[in-house]
Amino acid sequence: MADTLTANFRKQFPNGPEIVVDDLRLGAGITVLFGESGSGKTTVLRCLAGLEIPDTGEIRFGSEVWFQKGGKRKAESGNIFASPQERRIGFVPQDYALFPHLTVAGNVGYGLNEPSAAERAARVAETLRWLGLDGLEKRLPRELSGGQQQRVALARAVVRRPKLLLLDEPLAALDTPTRLRLRGELRHLLRQLGIPTILVTHDRFEALALGDQMVVMAEGSNQQSGPVTEVFNRPANLAVAHIAGTETVLPARVLKVESGIVTVAVGEVKLVAVAADFPADATEAHVCIRADDVMLVADALPQASARNRFSATVVSVERDGPLLCAELDCGFPLKALVTPQAAAEMKLQPRAAVGVLIKAPHIHLIPR
Amino acid sequence: MDWQAISLSLRLAACTTLLLVAFGLPLAYWLANTRWRGKFFIEALVALPIVLPPTVLGFYVLMAIGPHSPLGRFYESLFGHRLPFTFQGLLLASVLYSLPFAVQPFTSALASVDRRMMEASWCLGVGRLGTFFRVALPLAWPGVLTGMVLSFTHTLGEFGVVLMIGGNLPGVTRTVSISIYDEVQSLNYAAANQTSLALLLFSFAALVVTYGLQRKFIQVWPTR
Repeated sequence: MADTLTANFRKQFPNGPEIVVDDLRLGAGITVLFGESGSGKTTVLRCLAGLEIPDTGEIRFGSEVWFQKGGKRKAESGNIFASPQERRIGFVPQDYALFPHLTVAGNVGYGLNEPSAAERAARVAETLRWLGLDGLEKRLPRELSGGQQQRVALARAVVRRPKLLLLDEPLAALDTPTRLRLRGELRHLLRQLGIPTILVTHDRFEALALGDQMVVMAEGSNQQSGPVTEVFNRPANLAVAHIAGTETVLPARVLKVESGIVTVAVGEVKLVAVAADFPADATEAHVCIRADDVMLVADALPQASARNRFSATVVSVERDGPLLCAELDCGFPLKALVTPQAAAEMKLQPRAAVGVLIKAPHIHLIPR
Repeated sequence: MDWQAISLSLRLAACTTLLLVAFGLPLAYWLANTRWRGKFFIEALVALPIVLPPTVLGFYVLMAIGPHSPLGRFYESLFGHRLPFTFQGLLLASVLYSLPFAVQPFTSALASVDRRMMEASWCLGVGRLGTFFRVALPLAWPGVLTGMVLSFTHTLGEFGVVLMIGGNLPGVTRTVSISIYDEVQSLNYAAANQTSLALLLFSFAALVVTYGLQRKFIQVWPTR
């Protein structure tokens, strides 16, 4: 059973917005701290690492108190601040901050304090082998590719067997093809480690690809926490809905990957998507469909006819700005946006039957 | 050539440089990292010997360590002799005189070390002192070397301060520059030229080696 991190704190920089973390609770698995740039997610991560000191509040990890400072009761003497050294965390900053004057082995072994050099070397070698970095021991960081640098930074953080792993935008420093390739690999590695992990990202697809749980930050505070698909499908408020941006996110099994065309099953329903770089060996994926990419037609379509056409039952219709948002049941829950005129023509109302069409390029797949 | 003077000057320059590393590095590390608003005051104080005539500095150091000052009396009661016109007195004045030539390059080198490197080190469980020796110093070493060479060569060539504090005692306070001055005063131009040339060549060579090393160093580790 992993230790639980609980945090309640406030931090304000001069001339900056106030960052408020209200009753954040994180347990095992990978938690994605998700938000747009400027939403305060890096500040939260740095406060958890002990690199920033919150103004007031409390941070606890398991039975340890990492930070405690009362607000108005100034006389309180129970202020606690555990330094980054005392927290036994693994921290991977955004651009990795590898020590340029040390080799790969020197970087990875830097924080080890085993007394015997042989023991240290064995731990380093074991970690490098696990990350597929063996053979690179004597290289300097500047002689590595972006992806290798990322793995060295991860190796350096995990070799000390930290109790909590903090990653700040671990993929942002990479070029796009490498980023897409390493997204799946990183989740695999983090799952193997089994260390509670908090990962900051502003990319919703990264959040979906990497996270078990997610915490959405907006306007300087944590807005919603929960399993990744739940946050996307049921945003707690408008701010979350806005940055989540994708109305339907569903877990799916991969059935077939063939020259850029991927067939997946969501429950009993088969969907066909266009995904050029989809890994051939992936078995699980998240299916993302934006509500404005779903087309509705008046009549129910014959079941299991052509690709991505199916019949659905309307569950509810709600106003969403100038449009209407229809919640449908077509074997899986799906949201669609329609104009009020089209809704009137189709007589869109709860329990009505409609046909649904989604173009294959509009179905976005994220391998897991 | 006045070998006695040359050896004394080298000894003085080496001791001064060592003391400046010992005291200048912590001072520079503090200057590079502090967010204290009054730090410009300390910076100005450190830089003062650059603009001050050596005679003025020498005069006040002489007053401060002389038998009429509390500091001078305290030293005398401790060691049984006075500071002025001794090697130790000269060393103290040299350290003060060369302070900016060490502390300024040290500070800018340490300040240019990426703070994220230091933070990465802290998060790997290494304390502030360990981080200084294992990350800050190795990354700042070109600047530290520059500061050391500058204070060494600067001490080697000092004249005014030595004259005020040390006088002209062969083997104790008679440094290279004093020796050259003496030879010129007694119209012994050949001897003066020999010693001067030696000092000129040494200083030039020291700077060439330092700057050459730095160029190579910067190419090895490009700044981001």
